[in-house]
Amino acid sequence: MFSQEIINMLIRGVGESLYMTLVSTFFGYVLGLPMGILLTISDKNGIKPNAVLYRILDVIANLFRSIPFLILLVLLIPFTKLIVGKSYGSTAIIVPLVIAAAPYIARMVESSLNEVDPGVIEAARSMGASNFTIVTKVMLVEARTSLIVGMTITLGTILGYSAMAGTVGAGGLGDIAIRYGYYRYESGIMIVTVVLLVVLFQVFQTIGMKLSARLDKRK
Amino acid sequence: MAEIEVRNLSKTFDLKGEKVQALKDINLDIERGDIYGIIGMSGAGKSTLVRCLNFLEKPTEGKVFVDGNDLSRMTEKQMRRQRQSIAMIFQHFNLLMQKNVVDNICFPLMIQGVKKADARKRALELLKIVDLEEKANAYPSQLSGGQKQRVAIARALASNPKILLCDEATSALDPQTTASILALLKDINTRFGITIVIITHQMAVIREICTHVAILNHGVLVEEGLVEDIFNHPKSEAARELILGDISEGQWNGEMRQKDRVMEDKCLRIVFTENSAFEPVIANMILKFGVPVNILKANTKNVGGIAKGEMILGLPEGRELQEQIKQYMLDKGLEIEEVSEYV
Repeated sequence: MFSQEIINMLIRGVGESLYMTLVSTFFGYVLGLPMGILLTISDKNGIKPNAVLYRILDVIANLFRSIPFLILLVLLIPFTKLIVGKSYGSTAIIVPLVIAAAPYIARMVESSLNEVDPGVIEAARSMGASNFTIVTKVMLVEARTSLIVGMTITLGTILGYSAMAGTVGAGGLGDIAIRYGYYRYESGIMIVTVVLLVVLFQVFQTIGMKLSARLDKRK
Repeated sequence: MAEIEVRNLSKTFDLKGEKVQALKDINLDIERGDIYGIIGMSGAGKSTLVRCLNFLEKPTEGKVFVDGNDLSRMTEKQMRRQRQSIAMIFQHFNLLMQKNVVDNICFPLMIQGVKKADARKRALELLKIVDLEEKANAYPSQLSGGQKQRVAIARALASNPKILLCDEATSALDPQTTASILALLKDINTRFGITIVIITHQMAVIREICTHVAILNHGVLVEEGLVEDIFNHPKSEAARELILGDISEGQWNGEMRQKDRVMEDKCLRIVFTENSAFEPVIANMILKFGVPVNILKANTKNVGGIAKGEMILGLPEGRELQEQIKQYMLDKGLEIEEVSEYV
């Protein structure tokens, strides 16, 4: 029903969407994971309370999450140009995606780590564990299933954001949906892109939940 | 010099601008090899006190010396090293839920940088000591409370500590499991010479294994000394209260001891109801048959809002005599029941 050309375009779209989502999530965690850890430990009930640091991170996390993604995207165009050299295309869109995802990821990580039983952390301290050991060997390990669930949710959200970035020529399935479905009224193509987006989302969701369940030794 | 010396220790918490004094001017000496109980009602400050012994809580005032070393003068690094020789077990076990039993026991060794293979070997040895070898690869969620505490004890012993702090270690366990955990602690104390500090609100725990006891009341140390002395001659009001409360709370303990002795006796469980409580049945029975009976246990229980007396008698030898006694009880309208092993 579609020409070979359109099928190729759709395949490329899936590839670009995956590329944007996975790379942005990766770099999002590079920034967000340490930020989440710092938020947890500098909290007043954390293992190394630091009110000033907590306040700063808290404000940053809230500030960026309160800016709608589409506006952040436009706002960051000069910055994106500085880093990637251009402001359109899949690679360029990774910059605002990372900036939007990192504070979101930090909050996810913070809430996962806060679920770790304080008693277990106390036990580790009583054994002479350093704060670094407590973070890496106790908190991240005990919270791993919750962290993976968080990552699954993040992947879904970033996939959605990447589709939104289609409006500014980011490539990927969102871009196709806008160009063909919105500008050219080709509903067939639009429906296929939506189905593909839903399938991608389900794949992320299924893999994430399976992985988290398999790693959970609490039951 | 005592192994643990606590000098003029006070701890004040700042709760939303309000100062709460948890501990007031505590002085303690705990000698090597002691099993030292610290008892008090909840909120007496005992958990705070035990955490001051390894500086999980820093005292507001006063000092703690372990082996003559002043904990307050240690750097962070020295403190971590010191903590490796002061192990701790907890009411809720605090095991790593995502790691199996062996990895849990290896954890303190990992912190000390012990090689993985050596740590594993040591962990398996320790599992033998706590009698849980078959659970090496189980996860904590698959274990019972008592088994979890055994794993926690094995983990505590992994780094060859000199001192073991127990924070309400048996409070989440049933009486039988409590008895077995206490027996294990006692065994560890005698076998390895580890000084044990036990925090509890159960007098029975103190009575069962402690050599010394300190009584804490509203953050103040009201009495301290040998367990026997305090049991026989409690001076403070708090001590008297705890010992009295013990009678109902800690029955299992005395029973355990008696059990071996009276196992062979024929026992009779008698329940007194309202109707039978007026006549001195036991006294009359002794007068009538001219033989002594052994009262193994007597208790009043609240059953459905009515106080019911319950008594367990060890009957004298002789089948015929025993039958006569039973008949006598039945005639007096008592509910009786033969029990071989009473609970």
